[in-house]
Amino acid sequence: MNAVRLIAVFAENKPGQTARITRLLAEANINIRWATIANNGAFGVLKFLVDKPDAAFHQLKQNGVMVTFLEALAVEVQDRPGALHTVAEALAHHQINLDNTSGYVADRNRAILIVEVQDVARAATVLEQHKLHLLSQAEMLQA
Amino acid sequence: MYWNREIETMERAALETLQLQRLQDTVLRVAQRVPFYQERFAAAGFTPDDLRSLADVRRLPFTTGADLRATYPAGLLAVPLDDAVRLHTSSGTTGKPKALYFSRQDVDHAAELIARCLVMSGMHAGDVLQNIMTYGLFTGALVMHYGAEKVGCLVIPAGPGNSERQLMLMQDFRTTAIHATPSYALYFADFLEKKGVDPRKELSLRRAFVGAEPYTEETRRKIEAALGLQVFNSYGLSEMNGPGVAFECPQQHGMHLWEDHFLLEIIHPETGDPVPDGEQGELVLTTLCREAMPLLRYRTRDITTVLPEPCACGRTHRRIQRIAGRSDDMLIARGVNFYPQQIESILMGMPALGRNYLIVLEGLDELTVKVELAEAGFDGQVEHLARLQSRIADSIRAELLVKPKVDLVPPGTLPVSEGKAKRVLDKRSL
Ligand SMILES: [Zn+2]
Repeated sequence: MNAVRLIAVFAENKPGQTARITRLLAEANINIRWATIANNGAFGVLKFLVDKPDAAFHQLKQNGVMVTFLEALAVEVQDRPGALHTVAEALAHHQINLDNTSGYVADRNRAILIVEVQDVARAATVLEQHKLHLLSQAEMLQA
Repeated sequence: MYWNREIETMERAALETLQLQRLQDTVLRVAQRVPFYQERFAAAGFTPDDLRSLADVRRLPFTTGADLRATYPAGLLAVPLDDAVRLHTSSGTTGKPKALYFSRQDVDHAAELIARCLVMSGMHAGDVLQNIMTYGLFTGALVMHYGAEKVGCLVIPAGPGNSERQLMLMQDFRTTAIHATPSYALYFADFLEKKGVDPRKELSLRRAFVGAEPYTEETRRKIEAALGLQVFNSYGLSEMNGPGVAFECPQQHGMHLWEDHFLLEIIHPETGDPVPDGEQGELVLTTLCREAMPLLRYRTRDITTVLPEPCACGRTHRRIQRIAGRSDDMLIARGVNFYPQQIESILMGMPALGRNYLIVLEGLDELTVKVELAEAGFDGQVEHLARLQSRIADSIRAELLVKPKVDLVPPGTLPVSEGKAKRVLDKRSL
C-alpha cells in the first residue's frame, strides 16, 4: 500500500507560533512540500508533508514541540472538474468518512489530493479498486 | 508496625480521659501565663474551672492566624523566652509572619509524632530519607528531619530544587523514601521521564511522604505510577509543629490525627458551630502537649471531614480526609463557591492531560481553565482535541455548576514552580 507520512504539530494559536515551527524546520534544512493549519480557539494543529519526516520529527521534538506522525493517502487525480468528487464518492460508497482532505495542483494537468481517513489501509484498497493511483512517499516528494 | 503501640492503639475512653487531663492542664497554664488568653478568657467570662468535659472546649475562644500575626514577634509564649530552643515562622501570603516557639520538649514531641508516622508507613532504621522540603524558617524540612533521625533513618537534607542533584543523591545513596510537595514530586517525575530514567529500575525509591499543599487522590496515583512508589499523605501546619499532625497508614484511606497531642474539632467556617462527624468543615486544633506556645482552638482554615469509624490498622486515633481545600482558597465565580482542588481532581483523572493547569478568573466572572496536553493526548487530529476540550468543560460544569472555557495548551506552556505551585490567577477587576 502506498501511503504518505505527515507530521502533525500541536501549537498555541498565537502570533509567531507557526513561524517558530517553520523556522525550526528551515534550520534543519527540511523542505515543506505541503502544509495545512486548523485552528480551534486557543490552539491549532499544523500538518506538514516534508522531505525528511524523521529529521523533522526529531528537530521539533528536541525543541520541545509536541509532534506526532500521521498516515495519509496522496491520490493522483486529473486536474479537471469532478476529480475530488470521484474520490469522495468512491469512499462514501464504502462508508468511509473523509476526516480531512486538501489538494494541490502538481503540474499542468495533474492534481494531488491528501486524504485523511480513520482506516488508511481500507481506504487505499477502495481507491485502488477505482483505478486511482496512490503516490508513495518518494513519488510524492518528486511530484 | 507501631512506634508507640500503647498510645497509638489506646482505647477511645482512655484516650479521651487523657485528652481532658491535658486540655485542663493546657488551659490552666495559659490562664496563668499568657496575657493574650487571660484577656480572651476574661472577655468570654470563662475560668479554667468551667472545663469539666471535652465538650466544654466549645466555651474556649478561637485563636486565628490574625491573632498570631498581631502578636508577632513576641508570640504567645507560656514559658520564659530562655526555655525556647527553636523559632520557626509561618509566612502568610499577606502581612506579617507568625512567630512559633518550641521548647526542647516540644522539639522532641514533634520528632516523636513524625517517628510514629514513618514507622506507620513501614519505615525503619536503615531507610534512607531524602528530604526535599525547604530547610529554614519553614517547619516542613526540620521537623521531618528530626523525626526520621529518631527512627534511625539516614537523612539526606537535600532541600528543594536542582533535580539533577536530587537524582544523583538518589542514585549514590540509594534513597528509599522522599519527603516532598506534590508539585515537586510531579515536576521530578516529569524530569525523570525527560531524562529517560526509569525509577523502577534505576532507583531504590519505595515511599514518598507528600504534603504541605493540598492535592487530590488522582495526583497521588499519578505520582505513584510515575515514580514507582507508594505515596503517603501527610498533614501538618507550622502552627501545630509542622508535618506529623496527621498521616496515612498503609490503608491509604484518611490520615490518623494524633489525638493525644491535638484535640480536633470540625466547625462550620462561617458560623463556628460544630459539624457532625462525616461532614465537611474547617479543622480546628488545640495543642494538648505544647509547652512553649500552646494554642487553643486554632482555626487551621483547612477544609476536611472526620472519618469516625475504626481503621483496619488497629490505631484508635481518628482519621481526617485529605484536605479538600483552604477556606481561604475558596473561589467564587458566578455566585458558586468551589475549591481549585475540585477542578484538579477532574483534570488529573484524564490520561490525555498533563500535570500543569491554571485556573484564570477574569473580566466579569469568566472562568477559564488552561491545561497542558499530555503526549498521549495528541494524535494529530484537531477534532479529537476539540472533543476533549468540551468533555473537560462538561465534567467541570457537572461538578461546579459553572461552565468554564477550557484552553488546551502544549506542555511547558504554563508556569511550573518547583515549590508551591500557583494554580489560580485572579485578574477580575470587580
Ligand atoms: Zn489506619
